[in-house]
Amino acid sequence: MNVLVYLVPIALGLGLTGLFAFLWALRSGQYSDVDGSALRVLSDDDLHDGRKTKG
Amino acid sequence: MTETLDLSLYARPMGDGTLGMELAVEGIACGGCIGRIERAVRSVPGVTEARLNFTSRRLHVAWSPGLAEPAAILRALEDGGYHGHPFVAMRAEQQEAAEARSLTRCLAVAGFAAMNVMLLSVSVWSGNVTDITPETRDFFHWASALIALPAAAYAGRPFFASAWRALRSRSLNMDVPISLGVILALGMSLVETANHAEHAYFDSAVMLLFFLLIGRALDHAMRRKTRAVAGNLAALKAENAHRLIGGELVSVPSAALKAGDRVLVKPGERVPADGVVVGGKSDLDESLITGETARRNVTSGATVYAGSTNYSGALTLRVTAAGGAALIDEIEKLLEKAASAKSRAMRLADRVSRVYAPVVHLTAALTLTGWLIAGASVHDAVITAIAVLIITCPCALALAIPAVQVVASGALFRANVILNAGDAIERLAEVDTVIFDKTGTLTLPEPRVTNMAALDPGLLQVAARLALSSRHPLAVALSREATTRVPFDEVVEEPGQGVRACVNGIETRLGSPQFCDVIITKISQASTICLRHGKRFEVIAISQKLRADAVEVINCLRGRGLDLRILSGDHDEAVAPVAAALAIGHWQGGLKPAEKIACIEALKAQGRRVLMVGDGLNDAPSLAAAHVSLSPISAADVTQAQADAVFLGEKLKPVLDSIVIAKRARVLMAENLWLAAIYNAVAVPIAIAGAVTPLIAALAMSGSSILVTLNAIRANGGAR
Repeated sequence: MNVLVYLVPIALGLGLTGLFAFLWALRSGQYSDVDGSALRVLSDDDLHDGRKTKG
Repeated sequence: MTETLDLSLYARPMGDGTLGMELAVEGIACGGCIGRIERAVRSVPGVTEARLNFTSRRLHVAWSPGLAEPAAILRALEDGGYHGHPFVAMRAEQQEAAEARSLTRCLAVAGFAAMNVMLLSVSVWSGNVTDITPETRDFFHWASALIALPAAAYAGRPFFASAWRALRSRSLNMDVPISLGVILALGMSLVETANHAEHAYFDSAVMLLFFLLIGRALDHAMRRKTRAVAGNLAALKAENAHRLIGGELVSVPSAALKAGDRVLVKPGERVPADGVVVGGKSDLDESLITGETARRNVTSGATVYAGSTNYSGALTLRVTAAGGAALIDEIEKLLEKAASAKSRAMRLADRVSRVYAPVVHLTAALTLTGWLIAGASVHDAVITAIAVLIITCPCALALAIPAVQVVASGALFRANVILNAGDAIERLAEVDTVIFDKTGTLTLPEPRVTNMAALDPGLLQVAARLALSSRHPLAVALSREATTRVPFDEVVEEPGQGVRACVNGIETRLGSPQFCDVIITKISQASTICLRHGKRFEVIAISQKLRADAVEVINCLRGRGLDLRILSGDHDEAVAPVAAALAIGHWQGGLKPAEKIACIEALKAQGRRVLMVGDGLNDAPSLAAAHVSLSPISAADVTQAQADAVFLGEKLKPVLDSIVIAKRARVLMAENLWLAAIYNAVAVPIAIAGAVTPLIAALAMSGSSILVTLNAIRANGGAR
């Protein structure tokens, strides 16, 4: 049963990491435009150093 | 005359030396638009940032002052085929955004805590029936406490704050028993853990918070979505006014006008603010103000109201009341009275919790004294009493109504109805009488061609395309029939008479009968516009037209046993044909706002629940006086602000849909309350008997919550 003494804190630590990752994502606006992000990933505007290209 | 556009009202300093502005963008069709819009705006010199939020259809632009003009940004959008409407987010919307973020954080914390505490609890439950050692159990309980206490302190704040507010104003709401249950469950569990007891209720407390926060977060998300759409629509509706500064014209947003400004109103435009005519003469269509469709002749010295449409000539006004505050005195007074007299219909949830909370607390107190009298130890009696509080903690009850509301407002949103008031669904469900305004409500807000059947389709298209070149309101109405939106070349406009052009080599004129050399024999109610195409000619009648599905919707409403009436500010001769077409027997025309209210009050005195559907400024007080109210999106701003819900589009069907959805939602709310009551009837005796273990509490709580939520989802169907 001694194994629990460090397994439970490890489990909690992993859970907390997930929680803080979510809170960070929320704060940095990852959820402010859910539909847009899905479409932006298809655009290749950023391939040329941010410069606009035709087409 | 070239006219500059002044948008300084909307620009805000961004902190890094640039100015920023939010634009509601119209015409976004697909994902490709994101790149096109951002590229177009970034290519304007001086623009430092352009980011489109595809979900809310809003564009954020920042630019260096002096290097770029906001007007150039709007032009860049126009060139790309989009329309940008600058707007300032309402404070309510910003507050709600902040509140939503805080709710989501609470939800995340509660979710994390619930999962981890549950993990530990399940181990304890299974250990209790097998061979868990007391030391391990204590370790698990302490670990649960370590997670649950800080999490509940953080995630419970929305409930604690609301309960505290209620208690301070000496009333009870649903959050009082919730907060009490959570705090007592945690406190008792802590004491029990310290005493090496077998049961702790950390999981119940955190799960309760998690379930309730899900409900609240969904409710909030739905409200924010509708509010964002409403905000965009308001921005789309905002119009520019031509302000005269010295001898120069500057185009400013109507909201930027101040009393004393001089404003030019061109033919075909709306009057941007209340004012007095100081130059020019014209006819005004005041149907949005009074419901009257006949036009009023105005000259110097006449008072005009915001929202009227200028028909024939250019007018110069001196503004007396600025854009937002524009209101006729009489209406303002009536509005105040009606809004304060409006019976404060108590929300169903509040009514239930007002009965429920004392009953729960009394049951717990009786359990405590009962066990003490029966000879139990103080410790056991207190524990049983707290178990009663936890098990009755109205998880299902607190979700019963909000869950239905979320699903129903989602269904309403898809039916093109945007809710203004949170409890509108409950009040809509009680409606037994529907009162319609005529102009702009039963009829379309803009006039249309009414004698379509009598016209030659080819000639109608020629007329409609020719009409594209004119700003005259009748021409604008006619131009809606054009299938190609390309005007003819070299169209000449003769002010006050009409337009002419050469079409297929034939001289073609559109305008007044004299201008087109046509003699009208039959004089009808409708306004007429004539077309002369070589030797052929047509007389086109244009007037208010019923919404396309009005007859069908009215019949459906009647089929549902509702009493239908028309109360209009327009004269009787204009109302009679509409009432006849819809077979509505009870109608009155020529009513003043006060008389409309009197009619509604008389109906209310008979015990009827009145739904008022109206759009004019004259309807605003009656909307406030009615039990519940609906308004089309084309309504005057003041009127829209009074309405409990706003519907979009050219159809009347949203009125029917909103009643159907609301009635269905109301039935489901009642069902859910019964489910919650049955749950309590079963669970409370077990708790009073002192037989509730944390496992039973967890099963009962999640079981009943899932049941009412699943039942609520049924509010989605039935509308279509």
